[in-house]
Amino acid sequence: MSDPSSTDKKVIPIVVAAAESAAPESPTGPMIRTLGLVSAICGLIIVGAYQGTYDAVAANKRIATERAVFKVLPKAKTIAEFLAQPGGGVSKVGAGETAIAPGAVKFFAAYDETGKLAGIAAEGGAKGYADTVRIMFGYQPDCQCVVGIGVVSMRETPGIGDKIITDKEFLANFTALDVKLKDDLSALANEVKAVKHGAKANAWQVDAIAGATITSRAVGKAINDTAQSLLPRLVPNLDKLKTS
Amino acid sequence: MSTADTPKTWDEFMEGVWKQNPTFVMILGMCPTLAVTVSAVNAISMGLATLFVLVCSCGLVSMMRNVTPKEVRIAVYIVIIATFVTAVDYAIQAISLALYDALGAFIQLIVVNCIILGRAEAHAAKNPPMPAMINAAGMGVGFTIGLLALGVVREILGAGTLFGITLFGAGFQPWVIMVLPPGGFFVLGAWLLFFSWLERRKLRRQSSATEVTQHV
Repeated sequence: MSDPSSTDKKVIPIVVAAAESAAPESPTGPMIRTLGLVSAICGLIIVGAYQGTYDAVAANKRIATERAVFKVLPKAKTIAEFLAQPGGGVSKVGAGETAIAPGAVKFFAAYDETGKLAGIAAEGGAKGYADTVRIMFGYQPDCQCVVGIGVVSMRETPGIGDKIITDKEFLANFTALDVKLKDDLSALANEVKAVKHGAKANAWQVDAIAGATITSRAVGKAINDTAQSLLPRLVPNLDKLKTS
Repeated sequence: MSTADTPKTWDEFMEGVWKQNPTFVMILGMCPTLAVTVSAVNAISMGLATLFVLVCSCGLVSMMRNVTPKEVRIAVYIVIIATFVTAVDYAIQAISLALYDALGAFIQLIVVNCIILGRAEAHAAKNPPMPAMINAAGMGVGFTIGLLALGVVREILGAGTLFGITLFGAGFQPWVIMVLPPGGFFVLGAWLLFFSWLERRKLRRQSSATEVTQHV
């Protein structure tokens, strides 16, 4: 094909388009009527499905959260949801409230059967190997340490990254992981960080799983990020949470 | 072919299940096929969700076929399909959040599954509701069988379980690659090989029985 012929070709699509527009068309009325009808039927179906499943979905979500909290704080019997506000201070989240102010951190206060505070649970997330690793961790105010973790969601490689759920040596990191605050309560005294397998020397370090360093690091970062923003606001208000 | 003596509806149904199986014959809907078949439960859930959307949307498309001008038909199909996908999305969340997380974005992506749009355009738009829904159900069942065939093999080899039940002793070392993306291609390839071998064997037998040479 040479260049002159391609300039000739440019005319052709215009001719085709003109011929097409001359083809018989359906009137606009029926089109609008059909689209309106379809939208109305579909709208009804969606609203019906939403209303019909709303309670079950809400109950499922609550059970999933409770299960995650109970896993990291085995002594807990009841939980209450709180928000740590950006300016400091905590507020209880009532039933049905879903809007969260920007910068606020959600956490759960867990109580044992006598109504005493059994621990605090909060969620954190950080980029892992495949996708964000979201974890729930339990915080014990008495020792100022993380006492357990559970995975909320992740897409790490099966058999490698997902060892963070099963690897006993790794989970032993989170029986008393130090998250003490500085004396002025502005931030953590020591940043929580995953270190190479076998290199853990301090109580605030996480011993990574050999072969799953990136996932281990994500767990460390998730705890660190949430603890850095939540604990400085939470610790001064602990008295308010002591009893349910 | 001895299909003349079987009832017509059954014939219509089996069309999608076997003769035009979406997974193994038409090779359609490969995206969910490869992505969600890491376990038998995921595979069967995805298949049933697609089956539901197929039957409902083909029924509605068929009912509206006489009042749908051809210029807006694709828009009408997509709105109808998206509606039922949304309904399925809520239903799965209500049944199990763990399942919902496992299937991930692939529930929403049923909207653009070419099996469904293909059925709506090629069959439901030209036939009354009953045959359209039977045909759609056949396709849906065929798709479910296809997903299940992959899911069962991948779960057994990749995790040593079937529907979550452990099959082998403690000595079993899972073949992890089977639940990773490459495993999906391996297993799909193996099934396609098996079905094309069946097809060729059938053709060979037919040609030797009737003593007519057939070119494959």
